[in-house]
Amino acid sequence: MAQLAFRNVTLGYDRHPAVHHLNGEVASGALVAVIGPNGAGKSTLLRGIVGILRPLDGSIHLGGLDARDIAYLPQSADIDRSFPISVFDFVSTGLWRAAGLFGGIGRVAREKILRAIASVGLNGFENRPIGTLSGGQMQRVLFARVLLQDARLIVLDEPFNAIDSKTIADLLALVKHWHHEGRTVIAALHDMEMVRTHFSETLVLARGPVAWGPTAEVLTPENLMVAMRMCEAFDDSATACAADDISSRAA
Amino acid sequence: MIYDALIGPFAEFEFMRRALAAVIALSLAGAPIGVFLMLRRMSLVGDAMAHAILPGAAIGFLLSGLNLFAMTAGGLIAGFAVAILAGVVARSTGLKEDASLATFYLASLALGVTIVSIKGTNIDLLHVLFGNILAMDDQTLLVVAFNATVTLLVLAVIYRPLVIESVDPLFLRTVSRAGGPAHLAFLALVVVNLVNGFQALGTLLAVGLMILPAGIARFWSRDLTVMICIAVVAAAVSGYAGLVLSFQTRVPSGPAIILVATAIYVASVLFGRVGGVVRQMFPGRHLEA
Repeated sequence: MAQLAFRNVTLGYDRHPAVHHLNGEVASGALVAVIGPNGAGKSTLLRGIVGILRPLDGSIHLGGLDARDIAYLPQSADIDRSFPISVFDFVSTGLWRAAGLFGGIGRVAREKILRAIASVGLNGFENRPIGTLSGGQMQRVLFARVLLQDARLIVLDEPFNAIDSKTIADLLALVKHWHHEGRTVIAALHDMEMVRTHFSETLVLARGPVAWGPTAEVLTPENLMVAMRMCEAFDDSATACAADDISSRAA
Repeated sequence: MIYDALIGPFAEFEFMRRALAAVIALSLAGAPIGVFLMLRRMSLVGDAMAHAILPGAAIGFLLSGLNLFAMTAGGLIAGFAVAILAGVVARSTGLKEDASLATFYLASLALGVTIVSIKGTNIDLLHVLFGNILAMDDQTLLVVAFNATVTLLVLAVIYRPLVIESVDPLFLRTVSRAGGPAHLAFLALVVVNLVNGFQALGTLLAVGLMILPAGIARFWSRDLTVMICIAVVAAAVSGYAGLVLSFQTRVPSGPAIILVATAIYVASVLFGRVGGVVRQMFPGRHLEA
């Protein structure tokens, strides 16, 4: 059963597409890597999936999921780490679905939060302001929040960037654990070796889909070369996209 | 002697007691708003909003002279209009909120000064620009107290989304649509408190009792709740000490309050526990962990 379906999806900013005409489905329980060079549209695609960005064209179907059944791990750069908030309070925001605007954090919820923090190896860090954490520790905090969200669809935007191998191993084990629990996981990644070893399905993206399928078949030098040659295009005087006219004429 | 200097003015004069009550109400509501303004990097947005309320207050003045009630109503309407317009323009066009506000507040300020100068004198203009907390009557004091109460209640409602939107806005957008309304409600609270401060400090200094205490708190704590408490106390102490200073030296009350707050700010910059200059110059021996 498809957890996610893309129907001719174009995502972008101010009419300029960053992901162009994507079609395809992600099966429920799949573990999918999205790879591509910088500017390929990986983060844009993930933002479209979690509802932050509305498609310029086409549609994204969430297989009956409520938007709140999705856990999203943003890039660290999108977080204001100078804000005075402790690790405990930050992770507790993962309980938004249960607590909402006014719900209290009771004994049970408190234990859940502490367990999530312990699961990512940050015992004793509960009262530390997030601004005092290292990059790897902050990434662990973000994973603890995803754990707490207990979502069926998990979307990770470059979750292993600029962190050491021990942290990567720990967090990758969590990702595989989620996969074994039957959750659908989609992650934007750069490490080809990691994708080849741990992710069964891969989407090679380069402003549009280059290839999508089983990792062993998709992760070929030819496909990667096509993706690398992708030219970044942002032209204020570009004409309206003709692909829709062509497809409607073909139909 | 100490009693005469520090308590006597409030025991003896009703207008001083009213001013003290007003300044405490302003501190309770305005300082937490100031902390969020600072943490959301909107300190100058608060300043711009302070200018934006001027045309509304000026129209109130035009219609009914120096009637604080009419000027408050006008200020609220103008402030809300500018806050909502700037917020909507920023969110729907991608223009940064400060840039959006800058255009609106400049137009507002020009319009406000023009309206006051059509009917009033330079003294009226000074009153509007710098306020006079010592001239506050019972009715105005009640308005200030009411606005402060509403502020604290609304802040309690939007506190959670406001915090999450400040630290991780993308995450909030994936779990809730509360971010947009919370932001607009926050801008509305900024307006309410600027109008409140406007009674006491005038349009130009109203933002001072919000931003300076927030800046002071930043040098003493890394915890949001503690920062808010420190900011409230710093604002109240500045208000009290400013009133005493004003009474004893005949310095205008608004500037006196802001000058005291500035003195505390300078002391915090120098001696604050979190990033203070002295602490950085003489950090002591390094710790083990």
